[in-house]
Amino acid sequence: MKQDRIVLAHGGGGTLTHELIAQVIEPKLDNPVLRAMDDSAVLSLDGGEYAFTTDSYVVKPYRFPGGDIGKLAVCGTVNDLAMQGAEPLWLSLGLILEEGLPVAELESIVESIRDTAAEVGVRVATGDTKVVEHGRGEALYINTAGIGRIAARRRLSAASVQPGDAVLVNGNLAEHGVAVLSQREGIAFRTSVVSDCAALWSLVKTILESGADIHAMRDPTRGGLAAAVCDIAVASGVGIRLQETALPISAGVRGACEMLGLDPLNIANEGKVVVFCRGTDAVRVLDAMRAHPLGRDARLIGEVTEKPKGMVLLRTAIGGERIVDMPTGEDLPRIC
Amino acid sequence: MHDVMNRIAELARQVGRHVTFMEVCGTHTMAVSRSGLRAMLPANVKLISGPGCPVCVTDTNYIDAAIELARRPGVMVTTFGDLIRVPGSESSLERERASGADVRVVYSPSDALVLARENPDKRVVFLGVGFETTAPTVAWTIKRAAQDGVMNFSVLAAHKTMPFAMEALLKDQEVKIDGFICPGHVSVITGAKLYRFIPERYGIPCVVCGFEAVDVMKCIVMLLAQIVEKRATVEIEYTRSVNEDGNTAAQQLIAEVFEESDAGWRGIGVIPRSGLAIRPEFARWDAAKTLGVKFGEAKPHPGCRCGDVLRGVLTPPECQLFAKACTPTNPLGPCMVSSEGACAAFYRYERKAVAA
Repeated sequence: MKQDRIVLAHGGGGTLTHELIAQVIEPKLDNPVLRAMDDSAVLSLDGGEYAFTTDSYVVKPYRFPGGDIGKLAVCGTVNDLAMQGAEPLWLSLGLILEEGLPVAELESIVESIRDTAAEVGVRVATGDTKVVEHGRGEALYINTAGIGRIAARRRLSAASVQPGDAVLVNGNLAEHGVAVLSQREGIAFRTSVVSDCAALWSLVKTILESGADIHAMRDPTRGGLAAAVCDIAVASGVGIRLQETALPISAGVRGACEMLGLDPLNIANEGKVVVFCRGTDAVRVLDAMRAHPLGRDARLIGEVTEKPKGMVLLRTAIGGERIVDMPTGEDLPRIC
Repeated sequence: MHDVMNRIAELARQVGRHVTFMEVCGTHTMAVSRSGLRAMLPANVKLISGPGCPVCVTDTNYIDAAIELARRPGVMVTTFGDLIRVPGSESSLERERASGADVRVVYSPSDALVLARENPDKRVVFLGVGFETTAPTVAWTIKRAAQDGVMNFSVLAAHKTMPFAMEALLKDQEVKIDGFICPGHVSVITGAKLYRFIPERYGIPCVVCGFEAVDVMKCIVMLLAQIVEKRATVEIEYTRSVNEDGNTAAQQLIAEVFEESDAGWRGIGVIPRSGLAIRPEFARWDAAKTLGVKFGEAKPHPGCRCGDVLRGVLTPPECQLFAKACTPTNPLGPCMVSSEGACAAFYRYERKAVAA
């Protein structure tokens, strides 16, 4: 059944999102920078290279265990810059407020933005405020854009992953998505799972400075680890093999996913980075990550192979093998 | 794990012929596909999926009726998420929602009752589908609505029960089944005794099975052993949760609110006594009655062979539409929509076996 209207799943970060971009948006705006479709665009200006990105935040509820929409709006955009190896410098802040929002609430969100930005060392350079009628928005939405500086000779790209590369992740998966879901009206359940929402630049910097040969990095947000690795497999034309027993998933996340019938591999993270490095450098990267507070539970989770091109396979706990697919864009609540 | 695999291989050798085991539970479908178990089995042991995915067996005309309700002004349709993308004859609840219909995803029927209390100006309809596992909570919610006099709440009921569907497949003869992997969740409620008539009347072994891939492996060992020993009986692998008699309180709750009825199964047709209809005492909360729902003639996609997949006659990749016209992004039939559907699970986790 072809979709002639936007449905919620178009925002899920899976195949429907990709189709929408590829069929409706990209062809009309096509240019070489946009075509790269990395987490950030890479711009060459006056001999320097800069990363430029934007992201909108519509998370519901706007406060969740482990953070709020303000913290998320800084971390999400800064992380997209970091994935290109860019040091975050400047942010823009667009606020869409719903009539009736208590000013004290807005103040607290802006304070959260201030504190997170200070931690990362990024500054808000410009902004915009709009108000929509009561009932036309959900308290507040935020858009941020970010600019970061890419150090010389540090080009990371989804397309530069090679057979023999190691795949690593800095800690437990699916915690942001589960934490937000646990707060949703109609789903609410008790869980100790807290969002992993965090700014990754300092961890990424540590990884890059370890001297390891890093080929690509991805923050597995919407669509989870599955979407991130599937993207890389397609962009680089390689196969990726993950080990189920190596995937770091907490008991709380596992339990919640079983209850809700969800696959933790498809669930969003907001403080995770998947690193693709030369296979022989895996231990060096792992050591670097584990020495950083955001990487204590880092794991080697898989390897890159020549075949099957564009496909991700998982060696299961019982020794079988299955495909890890790009999520369709499940009918899940908005989580970022 | 290796021990169990070796045991399967040894017993399969002793059986010495092709055997086909059918699971009739969406969670088993998922466990088999997600673990890669199918490809690990000996060549003469085949696992197939039966009509165990509640969304998949729901008739197209039920979806059409739900869509018709969603289009009515003042009606809010509440449903489990899986149902929302299932194509009806011409639309889906997802499309209706995008066009302005009030369709809400809930995780339990009691959440739908809360929505009814919060929206007294709306007629809140819960789409009651599923097997004995979901029926008790729906029964509880209807009772609660009756006790509290929540008159704007109702249920469009299409609950089904498994045993007579399994019998229908055995009578059908088109697919040869050598053993049933019986559903764990359903059996927690109903007890294992429910399946006794299958070995007694048809000589087919049954094993009630838990949900991990390892459970399914042990269950296969037990089924093969019965065949080797020329026995046919109901055994329980899932002993940690299932006994002979089941949860009698839940059974009572079902019996209080529902009564046995004939039910239409997608692709199989009407199976006598395989459904649960809301009793006349609770007719005020039966959406079919209070809202005058008409079930029309269904028009499934012409090439769709979900019916044959549900009967185990066809494996997903044998369908002409599979992975070509019909994908999880663009599902033409219900088996591709629900994550527990045989086609969706096969597409998601096993299609490489076909491609390679």
